[in-house]
This record gives sequence, structure tokens and C-alpha cells, in this order.
Amino acid sequence: MPPSGGGELWIKRCKDCGQHHYYPRVVCPNCFSRNVEWVKSSGKGSLYTYNINVRTAPGWENNPNYIIALVTLEEGPRIMSNLVNIPFDQDPVKMAQHIQVGMPVEVTFEELSEEISVPRFKPAGS
Amino acid sequence: MPWDMRDLRRQVAIIGAAESDQLGIVPDKSAVQLHVEAAWNAMEDAGVKKDEIDAVFNAGNTLGMAEYMGITPKLTDSTAVGGSSFVIHLGHAVAAIASGYVEMALVTHGESGRSRVGAGGFGGGGDQWYGWQGSAGPPASYSMACMRHMAQYGTTHDDLAEIAVATRKWAQLNPRALMRDPMSFEDYHNSRWISYPFHLLDCCLVTDGGGAYIVTSLERARNYKKKPIAVLGFGESHTHGNIAQMPDLTWTAARNSGPRAMQMAGVDHKDLDVVNLYDSFTYTVGVTLESLGFCGPGEFGQFVKGQRTAPGGDFPLNTNGGGLSYTHTGMYGMFATLEIVRQLRGECGDRQVKDAKIGLVNGTGGSLSSTGTAIMTNQV
Repeated sequence: MPPSGGGELWIKRCKDCGQHHYYPRVVCPNCFSRNVEWVKSSGKGSLYTYNINVRTAPGWENNPNYIIALVTLEEGPRIMSNLVNIPFDQDPVKMAQHIQVGMPVEVTFEELSEEISVPRFKPAGS
Repeated sequence: MPWDMRDLRRQVAIIGAAESDQLGIVPDKSAVQLHVEAAWNAMEDAGVKKDEIDAVFNAGNTLGMAEYMGITPKLTDSTAVGGSSFVIHLGHAVAAIASGYVEMALVTHGESGRSRVGAGGFGGGGDQWYGWQGSAGPPASYSMACMRHMAQYGTTHDDLAEIAVATRKWAQLNPRALMRDPMSFEDYHNSRWISYPFHLLDCCLVTDGGGAYIVTSLERARNYKKKPIAVLGFGESHTHGNIAQMPDLTWTAARNSGPRAMQMAGVDHKDLDVVNLYDSFTYTVGVTLESLGFCGPGEFGQFVKGQRTAPGGDFPLNTNGGGLSYTHTGMYGMFATLEIVRQLRGECGDRQVKDAKIGLVNGTGGSLSSTGTAIMTNQV
């Protein structure tokens, strides 16, 4: 388990080849070494791509037009998350005007329960 | 046939064999971890490097396990028929290796049968890391890929519309197609958003249906009723399980499977008379055209422009009306394959491609994860 919970994003790094990966594994997906360690991510990255979900997944009815995002972390790995802090509009085309593929983003945590908080991403500095 | 089964005797051997670090009661490791430990230990046992593995076998989910281990196989086999699966995998591996299709197979198993940690029908290696993002299934995965292509190459909704409209025109020629009403470009652009940038008409149908085909030696095939359609070449590959692990969302494993199929078949793009590309979404067609090398990266919009793939165009594509307008049960690859057979038999009536001699089918599975390419001919 990573050494810390709340408010920090931890990923894995291979001590042999130096490459980071996410999701965390017991082997390095690059060189297959089992010599992998937990390291704290800066939580900064860039928006690799996104979508705007007008048709919502079950349980997401109260989050109209939620955005799923793939973020490339500074350390290299890509993480699937949500993009938040984007002004809502019924029309996804208007929301998309606030979003640029490649723009800098940073992690922000949402507590789902006392035990679980999840990393979402917002435009850097917002 | 190139060989008799008896020729397989003493041709193929097991070179590594190992179990997970612990057996018995292991409450702190998941089924996936037990799988990968065993794989790592077997490779250590044999002195095999990961990159030498070109075939992956397990009873259920080779996409997830290969993704976890970072393997892009040339042969994937997730035959799951119960506890006997791993013995059956060995036979499949022997046939594949003896024929020269692949060189080194990894067969794995892992289960948390007692402690039930991530047990039972494990999904992708990373399944616990997904779900809280609100994914709405395939449309959400594929729309993210499409968005990346749009941002990277300037691909537009007009480009996607060309595919949706052309495919509907083929469906209009097919009496068995579900969606046969005319579709205009305006209809496409006015259809509601599902997962932006996808409109409804970027998405395939959801239908019921079944399909099957039978394969035998060409020698035996001549004893039966229909004209044999011979397989010239095939290839397969996968690069990931979940879309979040896809190396690059603007190309698929068809970059691997396509060239292998064409090389085996000894045919080039210009030799193909009819092409069926799995169309779960309009984007799936576009990215596959590029990945198979019909056009360069970012060029599919230009390639399909002017209804080039519609009936009467010079590139007959998805001639049954595709998953977009014909039928899509959730696993459309069977139907794409059957349509190539029908075209090569000359059974397609109004939508028959004249003098079709060589056809290509490319299936795409998972979240743009896996591809299979096959090339067939009626010239036997």
C-alpha cells in the first residue's frame, strides 16, 4: 500500500528502469522487474483527451454533462479521471470552448466517503 | 494441408513452469497478482525475457493480463471452458508454434479461490482503478479517442458524417438491415449528442442476432455445396484492455495485425476488392483505415470524402450496412466476416461488388483494444 492516503496522488516507479507507471502493478510493465516502489506524483499534468457525457452513466444523473478525461502526468503515465471546474452548459459544444486538449491540469481530491477520496483534475490554477 | 498432426510430435516443448510465490491461504494478494507472480516466476525459471513472449493464453481475459504485464501479443487465446482450459491451451499453443504462427507462448492462471480477493471472472488487470469516473461504456471510451484525433489532426464532424451516411446507403440496399431510412448529412449533424464529440449517428445499433461459420481444409471443402472461400492471410494483436492504457488513441493494433495479414496473404491494398471494417462507431472506421495503411495518420477524413465508400464509390466499405445501420449485437465481428464471405460468393444481390475476388475484414474489440485482420479469396 502507498504510505499515505488523503490528498496525495501516489503512483509506482521501477527502481531498475526508472519508468513510472499507473495503475500500480507488482511488476514493471516496461521491463518486467519486480523491483517497483511507490512514489508521490506532483499531481500536475496535461489533458490528453476528454469527452462530455450527455448520456449519463447509471448513478451520474445528477452530474449532467460530466467530463471524463485522460491526463498525462508529469511523470509520464496516463490516468483516467474527470475534468472539473468547467462551466456547465446544456450544450456540450459551449462547454468544449473552455477546454483545450493539451492544456495544463492539476489534481484535486473529492471525498466519496471517510475512507475513499478520488483524484479529479481541474485546469491548472483554477 | 501443410502438415499432418503426427508431424507435431516432439516439435514443441514446455521450457518454464512455476507457481505464485505462495499457495494455500494468501489473503493479501489478488487473483491478478497471483497470475502475474506465476508468470514472472515461470519466465525466471526458463530464463525467458518478456519481449520474447508473442502469444498469451489464459482462461478468461488475455486483454487485461497482457495489459498488466505490458505484452502486445501476435496470438491471443482466452479460451475459458473450465479447469481443463490450460491443458487445451497447450494444444492450441503447440499447433500455433509448430505452424510458425508464433514462437513463444505464455499460459497463465491465478485465482483467489479461498480468500476471494479480486476473485472470479477477473476483468482487466486494473479494474479496481476504474468506475468512479462515471464511464458510460463504449461510447465514452471511443469518443475520447475521437476527440484526441480531432485535436491532433483537425478531423471534423463532416469527416465522420461521410462514414455514417455512406454506410446507411449500403444498408438501404440490404433487405435484412435494421435501419434503411435515408440519412442526410443534416440528419447526422442534428442527431442528439451521446458522448461529445459523438452524435447518436456516430454510434452503432444495439440488436439481437447470431452468426456462425465453418472451416475445413481446402481439399475437403470441395466436397460441400458452396464455393469455398479460402483464407489467404490473418493477423491479430492487442495493445491494452482499458482505454486509459491505450498507448496512443489515434491508432489501433490493426497496425500490427493488418501488415501481418497482408504479408501472409501476399496482397497489397490495391488488390482488395471489398473491405469490411468493424464499425462500432464512425471513428472506429476512420482510425482503422489509417491503422491498416489505406491512408496515412490523420488522413481518413480526406480518404472518405465525397462518399467514396458508398455504393458506386471506388472503395466499397461495410457493404452490409455495418454495425451502424445493419446490425450490432455487441460483438459485430462475426457479421463483418460473414459479409465478406457472401460478397466473395457473389450472393449480395443489389449490393454485390462486381467481380469481387479478394476481401479484407478487420475486427476491433474491447476499447479499441484488440484487432483481428483476415483476407479471403474466391480464387481457389
